[in-house]
Amino acid sequence: MIALDNVDARLERGEVLAVVGENGAGKSTLMKIFAGVYTLDSGSMLIDGRVVRFNGVADALREGISLIHQELNLAENLSVAANIFLGHERRGLLGWMHRGHMAAEAGALMHRVGLDEALVDTPVEQLAPGQKQLVEIARALSLNARVIIMDEPTSSLTQGETDRLYQVIDSLRDAGVGIVYISHRLAEVKRVADRVTVLRDGHNAGELDKADINHDALIRLMVGRDLKQVYPRKHTVAERGTLFQMENVRYEGGPADGISFTVGAGEVVGMAGLVGAGRTELAEAVFGIRRVTGGTITLAGKPVRARRPAQAMRAGVVMVPEDRRLHGLILDESIAFNLSLPNLDTLSLLRFVRRSREQALGRDMVSWLHIKTPSLAKPVGLLSGGNQQKVVLGKWLARGPKLLILDEPTRGVDVGARGEIYSIIDQLAASGVGIWMISSDMEEVLGMSDRIVVLHEGQLAGQLQRDEFSEERVMQLATGGHR
Amino acid sequence: MLSGIAKLGRVGGVLALLAIIYGTMCILDFSYATRWSNVKEVLNQQGFFAVLTLGVGILILSGGIDLSIGSVVGLSGVLFVVLMKNGLPPFQAAAAVLGVGAGIGLLHGMLVTRLRLQAFLVTLCGLFVYRGVARVLWTSPDRPGVRGTLEAHPEFADELGQLSEWLTGYAISGKFGYPMMVVVALVLAVLIGLILHGSVYGRYWYAIGRNEQAARYAGINTNRQRVWTYVLCSTLAALGGILTFLSEGSITPESTGNTWELYAITGAVLGGCTLRGGEGTVPGMLLGAAVLPLLKNLINRVGNMPDVRAVIPSIDPVIPIIIGLTLLLGTMADEVLRRRR
Repeated sequence: MIALDNVDARLERGEVLAVVGENGAGKSTLMKIFAGVYTLDSGSMLIDGRVVRFNGVADALREGISLIHQELNLAENLSVAANIFLGHERRGLLGWMHRGHMAAEAGALMHRVGLDEALVDTPVEQLAPGQKQLVEIARALSLNARVIIMDEPTSSLTQGETDRLYQVIDSLRDAGVGIVYISHRLAEVKRVADRVTVLRDGHNAGELDKADINHDALIRLMVGRDLKQVYPRKHTVAERGTLFQMENVRYEGGPADGISFTVGAGEVVGMAGLVGAGRTELAEAVFGIRRVTGGTITLAGKPVRARRPAQAMRAGVVMVPEDRRLHGLILDESIAFNLSLPNLDTLSLLRFVRRSREQALGRDMVSWLHIKTPSLAKPVGLLSGGNQQKVVLGKWLARGPKLLILDEPTRGVDVGARGEIYSIIDQLAASGVGIWMISSDMEEVLGMSDRIVVLHEGQLAGQLQRDEFSEERVMQLATGGHR
Repeated sequence: MLSGIAKLGRVGGVLALLAIIYGTMCILDFSYATRWSNVKEVLNQQGFFAVLTLGVGILILSGGIDLSIGSVVGLSGVLFVVLMKNGLPPFQAAAAVLGVGAGIGLLHGMLVTRLRLQAFLVTLCGLFVYRGVARVLWTSPDRPGVRGTLEAHPEFADELGQLSEWLTGYAISGKFGYPMMVVVALVLAVLIGLILHGSVYGRYWYAIGRNEQAARYAGINTNRQRVWTYVLCSTLAALGGILTFLSEGSITPESTGNTWELYAITGAVLGGCTLRGGEGTVPGMLLGAAVLPLLKNLINRVGNMPDVRAVIPSIDPVIPIIIGLTLLLGTMADEVLRRRR
C-alpha cells in the first residue's frame, strides 16, 4: 500500500508550515521521512539546496531536523536538564559529565522557550503537559535544530499552555527556525501558520497562504473525492423504535459535559470524528471497559450499567474492538477457541465444554460468514485481516446481540472481505439489530449509515440525516466548525 | 525424526528425557534402578513435587507466578503441628492448614488484581514473611515432630496414623509402605486435569495467560479467575507442608521448603508451562515434576560410586549444577523443536 505518492513540500527559513489532512492522509508518514524515521522509496530531499539522504534519525538530527512526537518522548524520571541533553551530554574523559555546564546551558535554553529556569533539576514527571512540551522544544534547540516538526502539539495542552506555545513558535520563527506544524485543529492553523499544505490520500491536495487560510477552504481541500465502493444497504427500515438510548452519559477520562444519542432497532448509526474525538472511549464506557460516571443508558427499555463487559454482554450489547489483534482475538489459539470464548456458557453443560457444540458453532460461523480456512483448528493469528475480523464478528453474533458496536470494522481488511462484512451488517440491520458503527473511513460512513453522528473532542458535534450526508458536512462537524 | 518428536509435543520431549535419565541409571546399576525400595522412594518424591507443580503450573499457565511456595510449605507444616499441640485433632488441623493456604492465595490474588502489584514482588515478600512467621510460631528449641505431638496428645495417634499412611505411605512408626504421594498426585491431576482441559475455567485460564486484555474484552472476569489460580497454588503448597511433616516425621521451621518453589517452577516449565503464559498441560506437569527427583536419584547414585567418590568426595554441590543445565537444555530443545513444528 502506497502511503505517499509524489508528494512535494517546501519549508522556508523562519516559516511556520502547517500540514493538514484527514486520518490516513499521509501526514505522519511524511513527517517521519523528514525526520529520518522512514526512508523514502523515490524522490529526493534537499536542505539548503543540497541533496540529503537519511538512513536513520541520527542523520536527520545532524542536519538539524527534530521531530516532537504527539506522545512526548521524555524520560519521566530524569530531570529537565538531563532530558534536554539525553544522548548528547557534554562529556569529558571516561564519560564524566559536565553537569555544571549542562545546567547553565539548559537554563539558557529554558529561558529561550519560556520555561522557568528554577525547574532545571526537577524530574519531568512533575511537570504539566505544557511544560513537558517546552522541554522537548528546548531539547530540539540543544541539538541546534533548524527545523522543528511538531505533531499535534496541543492535543494535551490547556488554552493557556497553547497560547504560550504560540508565543514560543513565533519567537523561534523570528529567530530563523523553520517549523512544521501538524494539526487537525483548523483554528490553530489559522493562528500559527504562514502557509498550509493539505494532504489527501497520500497526495498533495493544495496549498494556502496565510491570507487565504479559512475553515471552509481547508475542508474543501482535505475532502473531495467520489464514492467508489458500492455499499449494500438494501434493507432500510422506514419505521423504527428506539432500541438504544444514552442520555447525558459521562465516563472516566471523558469530557465534563454528558453525551446523548440513540440507535434505533435495525438502524445503522455511523459515528464519525477525528482520532482522539472520544468515539472508542464512549463505546468502551457502554461496554463496561471504562467506568461510567453519570447519565443513563437504556437498551430495549431496560437500563444498562455495565461495570464489566460480561454485564454489557448479558444486556445484549457486544463490541468488535478497534484493535482486533490486541483486544479482539487470542492469536495463538484456534478459530474454534476464539469463536467459543465469549459463548462458553451456552456451549457447556455443568461448566464442562461440549466440544460437539463448539465444533457446530464453528462450522456455522465459518459457513455463514465465509471464513476462509481449511480447518477450525487453525490459529487465528495466521488468518488474513478480513478473516480475523470475521472471527471477531462471529463470536459476538453467536450471542444474538441487540446492539452491535463496531469500531473500525474494516480497518486492515481487504476489499473482498469488506464487501462481505458490509452485507452481514446489512442483514443484521434487516433483522432488527441496532448497529453503532465507529469509523474513520469516510466512504464507509457515508455508504453504510442510516444516520451519522459526529463527535468532536468528546462531545456530540452534530447529526446528519440521510438527505444531509456529505463528506464536507461530516468534516466540518468533526473539526469543530459551524453547523 | 526431530519433527516427529516435535509433533508429540512437550509431553513427548519430557518423556524422552525421563527415559534417558532412567536408562542411564539402568546401565549404571540395573539392580539399584529396579529395586523396589529405591523406586518407591523416588516415586513418592515425584508425587510430592507433582502436587506443588500442579499448583504453580496452573498459575504460570494463566500468567501468574508464586515464589513463596517453599515458605508456605514450611509455614503449613509448622502450623499443622502448632494446631495439634494446642488440641485440635489431626483431620481438623489439616483442614485448617489448607484453609490458611487458601487464605494466603486469596491475599496474593487480591494484591495482584486489585492493587495491581506485581506477582513476582508480592510472592517474593511472601517468601520472606511466611518463613519468618513459621519461625515465630515455633518457639521451643526442639523441632516440631510427630513424636513430640503424640507425646502431648496420644489420643491423636489413630487419626494421625491414618492421615500419614493414606497420604504419604509412611506409618507413624516410620515404616514405609506404598508410595501414596504418587496416588495423591494422580488424584489431584485427574481433578485438575478435568478442570483445565474440559471445563470453561480451563479455557478462561488459557485465554488469560495468552492475552489478558482480549480475555477481558470477551467478557471473562479476569480478576476473579486469577485469584482462583493463586488460591489453588497456595492451597496445594499448604498440602505439601502437611505431606512433608507426615513423610519426614518433623519440620525444620527455618529451612523446610527452602528453594522448593524453584523445583516446582522447574517442573512446570519442563512440563510445558512456559513463563510467557498460555501453555501447559496436566500430563506435562506430572512428567515435568518427575524429572528432578529422578535426576537427583541418578546423581546421588553416581556420587556413591567408588571411582567418583575418590575424585569428588560429596556429590551434593553438583546436584544444582546438573539441574540448572537440564532446565537450560530442556528449554533450548523446546525452542528448536517449536520452530520446526
